[in-house]
Amino acid sequence: MLKVRNLHARVAGREILRGIDLSMNRGEVHAIMGPNGSGKSTLARVLSGHPEYEVTDGEILFEGENLLEMEPEERARAGVFMAFQYPVEIPGVNNAYFLKAALNTMRRHRGEEELDAMEFMTLVRDRMKQLDVDETLLSRPVNEGFSGGEKKRNEIFQMAVLEPKLGVLDETDSGLDIDALKVVAHGVNAMRSADRSFLVVTHYQRLLNYIVPDFVHVLTDGRIVRSGSKELALELEEKGYGWLEEPVGSSKV
Amino acid sequence: MSTSTETIEQLATREYKHGFFTDVEQETIPRGLSEDVIRMISAKKQEPEWLLEWRLQAYRIWLTMREPSWGNIKYGPIDYQNIIYYAAPKQKKTLQSLDEVDPEIRRTFEKLGISLEEQKLLSGVAVDAVFDSVSVATTFKEKLAELGIIFCSFSEAVKNHPGLVRKYLGTVVPYSDNFFATLNSAVFSDGSFAYIPKGVRCPMELSTYFRINAKETGQFERTLIIAEEGSYVSYLEGCTAPMRDENQLHAAVVELVALDNATIKYSTVQNWYPGDKDGKGGIYNFVTKRGKCQGINSKITWTQVETGSAITWKYPGCILQGDNSIGEFYSVATTNNWQQADTGTKMIHLGKNTKSTIVSKGISAGHGQNTYRGLVKIAKGARSAHNYSQCDSLLIGDKCGAHTFPYLEIKNSTARVEHEASTSKIGEDQIFYCRQRGMSTEDAVNMIVSGFCREVFRQLPMEFAVEAQKLLSISLEGSVG
Repeated sequence: MLKVRNLHARVAGREILRGIDLSMNRGEVHAIMGPNGSGKSTLARVLSGHPEYEVTDGEILFEGENLLEMEPEERARAGVFMAFQYPVEIPGVNNAYFLKAALNTMRRHRGEEELDAMEFMTLVRDRMKQLDVDETLLSRPVNEGFSGGEKKRNEIFQMAVLEPKLGVLDETDSGLDIDALKVVAHGVNAMRSADRSFLVVTHYQRLLNYIVPDFVHVLTDGRIVRSGSKELALELEEKGYGWLEEPVGSSKV
Repeated sequence: MSTSTETIEQLATREYKHGFFTDVEQETIPRGLSEDVIRMISAKKQEPEWLLEWRLQAYRIWLTMREPSWGNIKYGPIDYQNIIYYAAPKQKKTLQSLDEVDPEIRRTFEKLGISLEEQKLLSGVAVDAVFDSVSVATTFKEKLAELGIIFCSFSEAVKNHPGLVRKYLGTVVPYSDNFFATLNSAVFSDGSFAYIPKGVRCPMELSTYFRINAKETGQFERTLIIAEEGSYVSYLEGCTAPMRDENQLHAAVVELVALDNATIKYSTVQNWYPGDKDGKGGIYNFVTKRGKCQGINSKITWTQVETGSAITWKYPGCILQGDNSIGEFYSVATTNNWQQADTGTKMIHLGKNTKSTIVSKGISAGHGQNTYRGLVKIAKGARSAHNYSQCDSLLIGDKCGAHTFPYLEIKNSTARVEHEASTSKIGEDQIFYCRQRGMSTEDAVNMIVSGFCREVFRQLPMEFAVEAQKLLSISLEGSVG
């Protein structure tokens, strides 16, 4: 479903990704790990089409389509969802209103009927229960005044409502305590299916105890330096990232 | 971002939706201003002698006045001798019902989506439709009359209720008030009049739609609303104008009087032609609006959504004369392309325990310049007065400007005055967040902007709030690239 080939990207003139190759099938969960500054989040943002990131080489195919030619909203409508590392506040805009607008935009593009307020609330209540999200969250402005944990939970909640084909989780675990982490992981696990894939970007192995990946890739200095099964994550936990630097050569992080 | 910029440019070049011209025979008087012209206007309207005198006095004062230059606005000189001061659709006889209204005029209203029939049948809103300068139709008058409410055109009020008009006209905005109000006093052609008797709660929103149609015709409306003791009224004013190349002057005056325990809510959605994307054309809107909380516990609320006009110059204010009276001002002003707005309020605290609230939201896009100018004055005798002001500016793009000029004059040490101000840029990160959730850039901007304006929109009656939101998104079309 996702094929990344020789992807190079830069931000503010600085090259961050230096040739990423990655292939994901439907239903798979891939984890991207790596030290700070290795390009993990850049990869997530490039996938979602963040305007600040410039792709200089390579290609990304999503379900056979050239993702790089699509606007961010087109990617979202095609089924790419990114759970933000730093969810953005939108003052004065009710969370439920925001989500309903998003959902109905997607439905419209899929040729489905838009949901009315009643249908929407039924769907949303069901997802809230799954994710243990408080109903007051719906009537508050998008992310405004949310705690770190609430923001992350809200991202996963949005994902559960929008039901993407590919969920990209950009350091969703950062800043979460263990209880919040479990809730978030539970939400993601509940969504795992044969048709849906996840790319989980994380610095720590901890999250992968709860969202168990099929594959783990280690990113260092803008390249994937090692890929393996979930055991690779445990190895990293034990040895740190340092031992992996040798294969790529001289550059330090 | 380049592809989205293109779409936006296409949207930006979309033509003003209300830019059509109705071909109705106009009855006009020659260009220019003189005592003769004023006598002619007064005679055409069959006014009493005292009103003609009032106009002439205003005119004589106006001749000694100079156009104000303190506003943070730039525009070419206005040639007051090149304006036609009176235009009325030609009518053969007095209208008995809506059916008698000129079909051309009716069609214009329908294009604007304010079909009188619909208004009459469906919405329960009484509409006093001002087409250029003369009211062509008034609905629901009978229903209101049962409650003793008078809602009619200003000219009718002069004819049928001269006592009330004479008692209150100019008591809030005197004819010597300022250059534009004084000009209006001399030449006003028509407007609306509402009177709510003691203890009556007006059961429907009173509403007027103003339109400027005749080419090169200045529009000088005059509105007077009087709320007697313990009464309540909510008044809506909506404006649209068709497209013109020449700039058109509009200098209206609105006076509100609230007696003991009375409440007046006055809401405006102003969508006059803002000029094209190069800043050509557009309405010059110089308006004087003021309310007097004359009685104890009286309350006046101004809510305005200003999306149109090339130049907006208005400061709807409250004179808080009665003890415990309350003045409120909620404003959204947008300037896109080359629009300029210098708007705000004046809260004059005279009575004890008087309270005022100011919430101003300015949105600037394109080359738009948006100025908040507000005066809070607390007189010596105004013990325990309280003001809260909040002025927020939102910038879209980097060629626009936001300016804030708060003036405070506090003469009583028991006063409590709070002022908060903020300026923010619409965030690329906010827009991207919305787009990642599938929304287009336009939808994202509209959502962010309406969130920014929420505190003001919630003050508007429901249907009006929806309309205001739509107008806002139309006026910001093409603002993000």
